[in-house]
This record gives sequence, C-alpha cells and structure tokens, in this order.
Amino acid sequence: MSLTETMSPGLALGIHQAMVRIRLFESRVEELFKAGELPGFVHTYIGQEAIAAGVCAALNRDDYITSTHRGHGHAIAKGMELGPIMAELYGKATGACRGRGGSMHVADFSVGMLGANGIVAGGLGIAAGAALSARYRGTGQVAVGFFGDGGINKGTFHEALNFAATHRLGVVFVCENNQYAQFTSRLRTTSVEDLSVRAAAYGIPGVTVDGNDPAATYRQTLEAVARAREGVGPTLLNMETYRFGGHYVGDAEVYRASAEVQARREEDPILRWERTLTDEGLMTAGAGDAVWAEAGEEVSAAVSFAEESPYPEGGTALENVFTRVR
Amino acid sequence: MAQRDGTTRRMSFGQATVDAMRSAMREDDRVVVLGEDISWGGNFGQFRGLLDEFGPDRVIDMPISEAIIMAVGVGAAVTGLRPVASMSFVEFTLGAMDEIVNQAAKFRYMFGGQVSVPLVLRASDGVLRSSAGQHSSSLEGLFTHLPGLKVVAPSNPADARGLLRAAIADDDPVVYLENKRITAKRGPVPAGDHVVPLGSAAVRRTGADLTIVTYSVMTLHAEKACARLAEMGIDAELIELRSLVPLDLDTVLSSVVRTGRVVVAHEAWEFGGFGAEVVAAITGQAFDRLRAAPVRVGAAQAPIPFSPPLERAVVPGEDEIVAAAREVMGLC
Repeated sequence: MSLTETMSPGLALGIHQAMVRIRLFESRVEELFKAGELPGFVHTYIGQEAIAAGVCAALNRDDYITSTHRGHGHAIAKGMELGPIMAELYGKATGACRGRGGSMHVADFSVGMLGANGIVAGGLGIAAGAALSARYRGTGQVAVGFFGDGGINKGTFHEALNFAATHRLGVVFVCENNQYAQFTSRLRTTSVEDLSVRAAAYGIPGVTVDGNDPAATYRQTLEAVARAREGVGPTLLNMETYRFGGHYVGDAEVYRASAEVQARREEDPILRWERTLTDEGLMTAGAGDAVWAEAGEEVSAAVSFAEESPYPEGGTALENVFTRVR
Repeated sequence: MAQRDGTTRRMSFGQATVDAMRSAMREDDRVVVLGEDISWGGNFGQFRGLLDEFGPDRVIDMPISEAIIMAVGVGAAVTGLRPVASMSFVEFTLGAMDEIVNQAAKFRYMFGGQVSVPLVLRASDGVLRSSAGQHSSSLEGLFTHLPGLKVVAPSNPADARGLLRAAIADDDPVVYLENKRITAKRGPVPAGDHVVPLGSAAVRRTGADLTIVTYSVMTLHAEKACARLAEMGIDAELIELRSLVPLDLDTVLSSVVRTGRVVVAHEAWEFGGFGAEVVAAITGQAFDRLRAAPVRVGAAQAPIPFSPPLERAVVPGEDEIVAAAREVMGLC
C-alpha cells in the first residue's frame, strides 16, 4: 500500500516533524541532565517517537491522553509547547505545572494532556474515567491511555480494560512495548509473549503493531479511535518498539548487551521514516535537514526560556494544595 | 421515609445521606455515583432510590475493583463531572490507595493548580458487632495525613446530610466517613437544603471543667459520658469536630483556654491516630493554659478482634472517656 493511501503528505510530514522535535528535545534533556542542569531524574523517549507522533496524529486537540513516567514525547505530540515543558523540567515558575510536578508530572489540560504519571499504569483508569465523562457529556471526545510492557502486569491494567470493555467506553489502550520494564526484560516477567492477546480476556480487539512505523501506529490508532468514537468500545494496541536509552538517564544498563542496543539503534524509526518519505517523493534531503534545523532552534529557544525563567518563590509552596481551604 | 413537622424531618443517618445525594443530583447533573452494589441501594442503604430517579448513566454499578472505581472517579472529576465514589467498607479503599494518595490528592498541586478534583469518596468505617479485623477499622488517620484530601466524619443525620452536601459541592477530593454503627440511627434534620460547611466543629455541650474533643461514633459515647460526669460533679464541654481536614482548631482552642483540661477520643487506634495531631496542636498553641496533660482515648494497638469480649477489650467507649476525664481532673 502506498503511503499516501494511508495519510496525506501534510500529515506524513507533520508526523516527521513531531518525531524530530521529540528526538531533539529529549537529546537536549539528556545532555542537560548529565551536565547537572536539571534536578530530579528523567526518563527519555528516544527510540519510541513513532508511537507518540503516530497516535496523537489520529486524535483531535480536545481528545484526552494519559501518559507515563516517560511522558515528554506524549506531551509534545499532543500539542504542548516546548518552552513550558522544558521550564517544568528545570523546576521553574513558568513550567507547565509551575515547577510543582517536574518531568514525571508534565500536564496541560488545555490540550487534553491529563498528565504524565509516575505510577506505572496509573493513567489507564483515569483515561477510562475521562472517556466515561466524555460520553456522559456527549462531546464525542475519546481518551488514549499510554502505558508500557511493565504496566501490562499491573492490576490497574486489568481493572481498566474490564471496566472500559463492559461499558464500551471510548478508550484506546496503547502499550508502548519497549521490551524492558525498568531493568527487566518483559520476557522474564510476563506470561504471554504477544501482549495483544490479553485483550481477548476482555472481549475487545487486541492488535500488535510495528511501533517504529508511524504509518502503522497512525493507521491502527485511527481505526481504534473510530471504534471508540462510535461507541463500539475500547481497543488494546501493543506497539512494539525499543528504548534506546536506559530506564532513566544515567542508568548503567547492566541488564542488556550493548550490541543489542546498537543493533536496535540502527533501526532508528526517524531515519526509517525519512527513507519512506524520500522514497515516496514526499520529502527531499534538503527539506529533511530544514526540519532538524528548525526543531533544533525551537529546542534551544525552549532551553533559553527555561534558563531565563525564575524559580518559584518559596512562599508559594503551599498554593494549590486545595482549591479552597474551606 | 421522612416524617415532617415543618422545621425538621426525622430520618436515619443513611436516609439523610440519600437525601443529600438527591438534592445534589437534582441541582447539578454533573454529579454521578460510582460504587459497588449501588443499584440495590448499597451495603447500608446509602444509595437507596437513586437509580430509579436518576438512571444508570448517573448511578453506575462498579465491579469489585476498587482501583478502577477511584481512577474512573479521578478521570471523570478532572474532565467536568463531580463523581461520588463508594467503597462500602473503609478497608476496601486500601485497594485504591494509589488512586487516592498519588492521583486524587496530588493532581491539583502537582499540576500547578490547573485542575481541581471534585470527588467524594464515601466509605463506612468502625466497629459493628464482631465484623472482625478486615471490616471494623477506622482509617481516618491514613487520609488526614495526606495533603490534598479533606476528611469529614459526621455522627448524626443532620450533619450527615449537611456535610455530604458540602462535600459534593466542594471542588477538592473529600473522604466522607460514615460509621457503621450510626447508619441506622434516627434524628432530626433541618427542613430544606441543609448544608454544614466543611471545617466547622460543633459545641455539643458547654462546660467549665474540661474539654472533650471527639468525632464520629465516639460523639455518642461522649454524650453519655458527659451525663455521667455531670452526676459526679464534673462539668465537661463537648466538641464534635465533624470535619478533620480542614480542622476547626479555633473552636477547640477557645474551649481549651477556658477549661485547661483536654480529652481527645476516637474509635481509631490511639497510637499514631488523629488524636495525637489534635493534642499536639493544642499543646503547641495553648501550652501555658493547660492545667493537666491531655489524655487520649482510642483503640488499643491490635487489629480489631472477632470475639465479643475481645472486641470490647480493644475498642474504647463511654467508660474509657469517663476514666480519661477523671484522669485529667486528677481524680484517679
């Protein structure tokens, strides 16, 4: 099937641009963290860009996503500006969450990004709740719950699928199967090799997708979103990918061979997508370079914005614990 | 169900909560209910009749999957609804602790104030006729410890209605604890749409000799204890907190500075319990007005046992409050 049968040239290029923005943002985050510029710790999305970019391309601006501890890519793909995300990672007052949340709690409810979530599979039930709410309010919005191959073994995964399936809620459960749950290969901890078969237990479709091919992640999400919007019910998408970096930046990665990582890095999803776009005649080499250059400038601007922004005043630390005290 | 005499209606605690739910749901169609067995009225009748009036889109039977009850509540609350989630027994909330602690309580703060979580969690707690270790606990101390959660624990039908109405109207997550032993107790409820603001304690009895601070079922024991103390010539002031977070410390302190003697009583375990917080606040802010060391009354440090004599041995009541009052009066 030719690519243009699946998506318009503009969309294909838009997905490329989103992937490049995520890659350069995350590469810079890695550098900044290693240089000691960022407090806390960070989990980067490098290698998984085809999922966030493809999935979010199939969503409307007011659709919802719930994210994971590895959430910067989702935030960018869903339409958050880079400056407030970067400022949040710095703990600055201009951050998306005013410096209260940091890397693992980046959120922007105005674009339907209901939060990165530091609890594995913590967002799945929340996505189901958002879908229930959307149906009750009659808005037609759908919700995507991102999680990983670690999350698929949490009770909340099973509780969320059962509930969403029972009520035919408009949720798409997107498993970003990057092969490692923290440090441990999923093959050592999970009863099934093809994670999509778990959908059968809840009577919903489960599809394994090449998570490094944006055409596939987009197309499968589009189908699942159509089911979700029409009230047919949820879908489980098992998107196979690979985490180029460690669990977090600074992870010594004693649990996997560098040759394995190197081999997977050679199948870089962005380079692969660029080859596709070039082969299809949708992008010239020069145009590709311009995308990288533009995204690089945007990331630099985000870093400058973050660096120049003030830290929150200590006196504001107790704001927003409650909406109102009494 | 309710009898009317013009200014008050007489109903049970459970009926009063249904009355509050009905008012809230009639007023605001964003209010929905999520819980186990609620089509059948709930374990203690706390939801009786709601399905008939509001239908299955608003009164939603949930699987026995506490995490999803709470997670769906959070997801719905941050996207425009005002859910009331029900867990029957407070011990069942432990299966949803991540959703309560890490999601509901923290969302507003962690996301920089961009969202509120208007969600009420109703749970029945306390000892009732040998319900044994996993169905007898009072866990308010777990919830009061968490910034971002409000916690209320009424003891009579009027407050049950008024506080539930306020909890549903509140924009923050509120844990609403209803003691099992008082669910069926009847009492007057003011006519009309009775509301009790969160964070307001009630002075149940004025007295000059000591202040008894309590809440939930222990209020009933304390009322009887006050009558017995009066017969002994001890004039106790009784303050029912009603709301633990926010805590109406002003009402407590204004009593303590007059009496100089304090007993704090709850059915929850004494060790590490909410009473310790109340005593610490009093000691910190009115130390020089105290005439005796404050005394706490709470359950002994053991899981609640099954056998009736053992249950009585662990769980405090009227006798323990009387003894504590005599102790702060220097009479024993």
